[in-house]
Amino acid sequence: MGMGQDNLNKVNQVMEASVVIVGGGPAGLAAAVRLYDRGVTDLLILERENKLGGILKQCIHDGFGLTRFGESLSGPEYADRFIQEVKQRNIRFITDTTVIQITPDHDVYAAHRDGLLHVRARAVILAMGCRERTRGALAIPGTRPAGVLTAGVAQAYMNLQNRMPGKKIVILGSGDIGLIMARRLTLEGAHVLGVFEINPIPSGLPRNIQQCLNDYGIPLFLSHTVTDIRGTDRLQEVVVSKVDEKLQPLAGTEKVYACDTLILSVGLIPENELTIGAGAELCPQTGGAYVDEWYQTTVPGLFAAGNVLHVHDLVDFVSLEAETMAEGVVRYLNGALPNASIALRCGKNIGHTVPQKISGTENVVVTLRVRAPQKDAEIVIRQGKAMVARKRVRNALPANMIEIHLLKDQLTGGQDLEVSVND
Amino acid sequence: MEVYDVAVIGAGVVGCAVARELSRYRLNVLVLEKELDVATGNSSRNTGMLHAGFTYKLGSRRARYSVEGNQEFDEVAAELGIPFKRTGKLVVGFTDHDRANILKFKANGEANGVRGIRMIDAEEMHRIEPNAGGNFAMYVPSSGILDPMQYTIALGENACKNGAQFRFGSRVTGIVRVGHEALPKTLLTDRKVQAMQLSEEEDLYRITTNRGMIYAKWVVNSAGAYANEIGRLLGYNPVPQVGYKGEYYVLDKKAGAYLRTPVYPAPKDNGGFVTHATPTVDGNILVGPDWYYTHIPEDYANEKQSLDRLFEDGRKMFTKMERRFFIRNFAGIRWRNIDPETREILDFSIRADETIPNTVSLVGIESPGVTAALPIARRITSLICGREEEHGHLVAANENFDPKRKVYKRFSEMTLEEKAEAIRENPDYGQIFCRCENVTRAEILRAIHNPLGVHTLTGIKNRTRSMMGRCQGGYCQTRITELLEQELGVRPEDLRYQKENGWLFTGLMRSAEKED
Repeated sequence: MGMGQDNLNKVNQVMEASVVIVGGGPAGLAAAVRLYDRGVTDLLILERENKLGGILKQCIHDGFGLTRFGESLSGPEYADRFIQEVKQRNIRFITDTTVIQITPDHDVYAAHRDGLLHVRARAVILAMGCRERTRGALAIPGTRPAGVLTAGVAQAYMNLQNRMPGKKIVILGSGDIGLIMARRLTLEGAHVLGVFEINPIPSGLPRNIQQCLNDYGIPLFLSHTVTDIRGTDRLQEVVVSKVDEKLQPLAGTEKVYACDTLILSVGLIPENELTIGAGAELCPQTGGAYVDEWYQTTVPGLFAAGNVLHVHDLVDFVSLEAETMAEGVVRYLNGALPNASIALRCGKNIGHTVPQKISGTENVVVTLRVRAPQKDAEIVIRQGKAMVARKRVRNALPANMIEIHLLKDQLTGGQDLEVSVND
Repeated sequence: MEVYDVAVIGAGVVGCAVARELSRYRLNVLVLEKELDVATGNSSRNTGMLHAGFTYKLGSRRARYSVEGNQEFDEVAAELGIPFKRTGKLVVGFTDHDRANILKFKANGEANGVRGIRMIDAEEMHRIEPNAGGNFAMYVPSSGILDPMQYTIALGENACKNGAQFRFGSRVTGIVRVGHEALPKTLLTDRKVQAMQLSEEEDLYRITTNRGMIYAKWVVNSAGAYANEIGRLLGYNPVPQVGYKGEYYVLDKKAGAYLRTPVYPAPKDNGGFVTHATPTVDGNILVGPDWYYTHIPEDYANEKQSLDRLFEDGRKMFTKMERRFFIRNFAGIRWRNIDPETREILDFSIRADETIPNTVSLVGIESPGVTAALPIARRITSLICGREEEHGHLVAANENFDPKRKVYKRFSEMTLEEKAEAIRENPDYGQIFCRCENVTRAEILRAIHNPLGVHTLTGIKNRTRSMMGRCQGGYCQTRITELLEQELGVRPEDLRYQKENGWLFTGLMRSAEKED
């Protein structure tokens, strides 16, 4: 039930909830439904936008839900599955509400037109998702004209606001949103001159390379990057250069592309300012919080799942992770969780793992990404000299998340674990 | 026919300060600006230091004006309602050689009238700034940090409130002195012109812009990078100049936690500073500037070589200079007056030649131009009033002049109680548009309806800090452009990012027929 204005508590009045969920996107919604079904019904979802669904609202292409629902859905359809579940259960949610502060003691403050909300919760779930890496974060040289925007902003303008951001497009980065936008812009009559990727391999999913670029004859240039941006008022041209193995531009390979728009799809960053404010420690590899196998952060009762924790390849895994996390929250509410003191360290060719710490008292599914592509990769987890888990992956790509099962019976004592890829 | 007492050319910090000081008097003032907002040039492309004045040559304008501007700035900031912190500055050294160079500055600063400079040991230095490196330092308590954009906006808005007018998108293309006898008849019968009581020997200047023509009795040239060009139109010989370009990194507020006081390394033997890190008044960090020559007036592009070098040099000074803290880059140019023979850097050039009556030409107002802006403006104002009196025109004070600008506390800086109260009074405060900087709808609306009538997206950005945080508008930009269109009643294709042709949309993708 969405709360009407008259239902909202005014300032100084403290609301109570067993669990506050910050963010009504795929992670927050899935967590809410699972918690409810496990008997935790006193929930409150706080959503900053005017509708539930998160970023899925602007993802009007299909391909969502193949894992979770066994069928291909558009983003809004996928979100709607969960929104209906939330509504059927009368789970409380408030939209147009931006959380501005979370304390380590689970006090949540949020701004709403009707007042500053103060909710006291027993547990808080962080489900704020991620943001896009920007031009400034990459320090791309050149001028700063209009017409340089991230793929997600272009997508919001086109799919939510019916606005056309440009006609002659260069795309930097082969992230999935960039690939999707290459197709979308082409369908709307824009000319996409090419997608340029600094790495020797695409960062988006193979199916998107095929369906969004190849099918439309949009060229993909690997080992290329934008080395200059020109134009004072509106973007006039970009300079693209080849890069060497160290990703440094090669002099003499510059090529000028006249264009009016540069779209950036150069990575996503988990959005953790509230997390830091709540006192949780972040993992430098994921950009999200350090979590244990119950997805609890270093602050007791503060949980995280979805893209706020680590950037996922598919939304299905966001929902599945949030559902797993919900089980941990239920256990937390029923009594303290066991202490997780066994660390998982990233060894050879492993970018990151989630969780980063486990208790050793349960079987755990460890999610990871490799750093470099590797064919016939054997992923192993070692405890000291003993191999405690292994998995063979025919084609391990950084673009894909990989899961590996770790059985508690394989563990011997509380020594830390190392995850690596065997040649 | 439009006739003004004073036309000010250029709405940088100096032009806005001049307009603001002139608005203390009953003068019709018009500011002509080629861009769509104030402070788009070098007024905003600098470190935002309120300089103490210890580096400038004794007796020079730069020395006198910076000391004067520095001493009064607490009052100025309070009047205009702009963020300002008198942080002090540390100039740190490691060696005896450093100490000798620093002591030269200390002596020079004291001679210039900079108060309170003292040498401190490592212990006191670390009390002031725990992250400063060095064995000793010179502490200059009067240095401070401000947002030069906010300051220029505040000066402009206060001038505007007190009667000065601003015309944006108006590039001056010609200035002609028109003798009294040659003035159009329609002009001479104009009520405003008659009120000026021009005598037979008094002329007017006819200023042509891309947006039409105006007449003015006085012309103040504060055109910054183009000051020599405008000066030439007035009849002044160009002042030889060299462009010192410098680039910057803006770092995340997360890095800002590591530095509260500007820390400069000991000056080099030639008196210059190498790359340094400076906290901004908003809590970010600026790393830069480096410097190299340019001859292009608005060469504000960042160069890869320069950024790479700046990153390496910056890391030596500020150990938290990490890529993950990068938010944005920018560049600025100091157009410095030089002696073409010796290449010696010369002082600000301020000319009001009798042979070119009723003109003031300001050339080479580079650093410490922000600190010196009001002292310069006061002198120009008294010069204009003085000359007017010599010609028998008494310039009356503007009895309605109000030096104060209404201050609105930022939502992001309010306590939880203040936030609750703000939302209760105005529900628009309860709607956060910009997530990174916590800027609310109320603040965006106020910026859209700013007194100067600036309607660019960067205008909103510079007034509110929306789109300035780590996501650079990824979340709020779509909401802000939507609100801009609604509030201004314009079409998507009419929105501008920053400049005249800086369009944001080609238009709607589909015709806007409503289905329901």
